[in-house]
Amino acid sequence: MDRAVDEALLRTLTPTVIGILGRRGADFAAAEDAVQEALVEAVRVWPGDPPRDAKGWLVTVAWRKYLDAVRADTSRRRREVLVEEEPAPGPAEVVDDTLQLYFLCAHPSLSPASAVALTLRAVGGLTTRQIAQAYLVPEATMAQRISRAKRTVAGVRFDRHGDVGTVLRVLYLVFNEGYSGDVDLAAEAIRLTRQLAASTDSEEVAGLLALMLLHHARRPARTRTDGSLVPLAEQDRGRWDTTLIAEGVELLQAALARDRLGEFQAQAAIAALHADARTAEETDWVQIVEWYDELVRLTGSAVARLNRAVAVGEADGPRAGLAALAELDPALPRHTAVAAYLHERDGDPVTAARLYADAARSAPNVAERDHLVRQAARLNALLRG
Amino acid sequence: MAKYLLLKHYRGAPAAVNDVAMDQWTPEEVSAHMQYMDDFAKRLEGTGEFVDGQALRPEGMWVRSDGEGRPPVTDGPFAETKDLIAGWMIIDVEDQDRAIELAGQLSAAPGAGGRPIHEWLEVRPVFGEPPTVTE
Repeated sequence: MDRAVDEALLRTLTPTVIGILGRRGADFAAAEDAVQEALVEAVRVWPGDPPRDAKGWLVTVAWRKYLDAVRADTSRRRREVLVEEEPAPGPAEVVDDTLQLYFLCAHPSLSPASAVALTLRAVGGLTTRQIAQAYLVPEATMAQRISRAKRTVAGVRFDRHGDVGTVLRVLYLVFNEGYSGDVDLAAEAIRLTRQLAASTDSEEVAGLLALMLLHHARRPARTRTDGSLVPLAEQDRGRWDTTLIAEGVELLQAALARDRLGEFQAQAAIAALHADARTAEETDWVQIVEWYDELVRLTGSAVARLNRAVAVGEADGPRAGLAALAELDPALPRHTAVAAYLHERDGDPVTAARLYADAARSAPNVAERDHLVRQAARLNALLRG
Repeated sequence: MAKYLLLKHYRGAPAAVNDVAMDQWTPEEVSAHMQYMDDFAKRLEGTGEFVDGQALRPEGMWVRSDGEGRPPVTDGPFAETKDLIAGWMIIDVEDQDRAIELAGQLSAAPGAGGRPIHEWLEVRPVFGEPPTVTE
């Protein structure tokens, strides 16, 4: 091989090429298949024979793959009629191709998991195998999920805008619930959100991008070398990425200045206040509580109320935090962990140790479970003296 | 090669030799235990014997069909007395001796006081595939 294929370039071009095939009359499912085949061919051919015009090459090869598929298809006549009947897109209807794909892949008729998979493939240009590895499922399972998703949106018109909120929720899921594998899903979510921000003018898109950047900035400090979690208060803030923080804060300020607050801007504002504190003690908890109030007002979310109780505990003392917590449903995920934390701050290690052990039993993932067990162990060791 | 399922129990297995609840260990002992489990799985990947493994959350319930057109019946969460599986690992090994050897190593994960737990693990052979040549 002369050189490695520029995978990042391939992935950036994916939605554009799907869009071009779409404008030439291909339906989404067929265009997306053809482009995936062209990507596979690019990975095979480019190392020995790199094209001068990567996009032109992909369009040519994908279009040929599409025509091959149409010819092979027994329903060819039907499709050709369909293509002819489709009105030619006039200048007024030309919308950013990539943007259309975002809306299609996050269509409300899709389940969140399907929307995530389809977005990563059609907009992100990832292979089915990469997506399957990232979500720890067999490749055949992921392939089925994607083809079902494509059937679901088959009837959706390619050129219509949807609600940007649905797209943001999908991108947030990719960022927040991405697991491991070859592909860094958090970085991928940031790339896709950046791309979206470049083609839309929405405060909430900017808010989500800011939120992601501010959280991504903390990543080097969030886990120890053995994989265990480091709570925010104990993180080495010197390891936070100041470039990402600066970019996030700037994006957020510009968005907030437009005075159209949304949930992602509010969450980003909270993250920015944490980023702003040089030590955990310098954190402006009073302002954080105010932002949680906004967030609760905007979303009514139980998770936001729970986090608010933690913030109240820091701003007004653990008793106030426990009082805020008492108003919430004890069955909420992490309710017990928050109670344990507040009781410890309130000087009651016996109750705290018991609650940490309880919380470990209902932890949603192994990293949190281990963290909570260690907290219980730490207090019990202390109590034994 | 033969596949074996190694089962670890939260409850229901005979008592371990070093039987102390994990929240009574020191945080360092907890970390050492986690590290041992990670290393064990990595070592088996290295020898080509690891297939899969997951830890299970302690909650759960029984479910059965209640007939067509009716929602399934659920019973649970599990009663405190019930045998409760904590996690599983599937290994693909030469023979049963190797499966037992590996289960023994896993059972020796360090616990309270840094001493091996010597917990009981359940080892179950998985049905194999029928051979192509039968005579």
